[in-house]
Amino acid sequence: MKSEPIQILVICRHQEILQTILRLIRNKPEWEGTGTQPGEEAFSQIQSKKFDLVLLGAGIHPNEDQQLRQSLAEHQPEAPIVQHYGGGSGLLYAEIYQALNNR
Amino acid sequence: MAQTVLHRADTRGLTDLGWLKSYHTFSFSGYYNPERMHFGALRVLNDDIVAGGKGFGEHPHDNMEIISIPLKGDLKHQDSMNNVAVISDGDIQAMSAGTGIFHTEFNKNATEEVKFLQIWVYPNQLNVEPRYAQLSLNINDRHNRLQQVVSPDKDDDGIWIYQQAWFHLGNFDRGLSVDYSLKGKNTGVYAFILNGEVEIDGQILNTRDGFGIWDTKKLSLKAITEAEFLLMEIPMTF
Repeated sequence: MKSEPIQILVICRHQEILQTILRLIRNKPEWEGTGTQPGEEAFSQIQSKKFDLVLLGAGIHPNEDQQLRQSLAEHQPEAPIVQHYGGGSGLLYAEIYQALNNR
Repeated sequence: MAQTVLHRADTRGLTDLGWLKSYHTFSFSGYYNPERMHFGALRVLNDDIVAGGKGFGEHPHDNMEIISIPLKGDLKHQDSMNNVAVISDGDIQAMSAGTGIFHTEFNKNATEEVKFLQIWVYPNQLNVEPRYAQLSLNINDRHNRLQQVVSPDKDDDGIWIYQQAWFHLGNFDRGLSVDYSLKGKNTGVYAFILNGEVEIDGQILNTRDGFGIWDTKKLSLKAITEAEFLLMEIPMTF
């Protein structure tokens, strides 16, 4: 029986980096990525669907970061949050594996 | 009492794409080892060999200090801030990726391979304006002494980054010794041996071995053979 893909939410202000990260996530058949910029759409995503992991990218202001984490704690309490550093494929995969293994 | 971690050269991860051989001291690309994620703020230490004319196409980075140290050949860099540069042995390059940067890295030469270290350090400030810098060093200044090549201070020797980190290169004759006193608070030193045999506080290290030491104020290094090495003092918490 095929298991459900791991659902990953990526929140990132930089649109091109967001698209790159989503492409890298989608290279893994067992992962499914949803991307959004911070703001109303991010809160809407957090409240509408269950995610297994959340990646927070660059350019999120401290007050936005705090509000996102509060919303995630309320609506996605079991999803680990990875402060995404570095971009590029290698780092992203390692940090995701680690967070998933530590759940 | 000092704590240590030893990473032998032959235990590193390897990405082999034909045109690229990249040895990973820490988890990177397809190499994932939960025991090898980072040494303090030092997240990536890649030992790369790129075939002639080949390289890394455009890719992004954010919120990372990225330091490149060429060991052989010429590496051409181009980025989204319109920087175009070539770095060679004796140069050092630093990028603060901050809010986001795209860049390419290619071997400038069509037939000769390029070898370089790529090092990623977690920054002490998030979302800074992206920044690129490079510096040509006098390699004679590392003969039988430590040459500072990275620091957190714009006015200090070497290139500066957004982190309390100090890197030194050394090229020592056989039998020469040096003591290194740590500069920062709650920092450790990760030594990477480029060539030769070195002893650090009783631990024998060979080419491409890595050795981390922390909870100490000072370390002693001796070149058992003629040796080249990189010492990276890094915050252990960040």
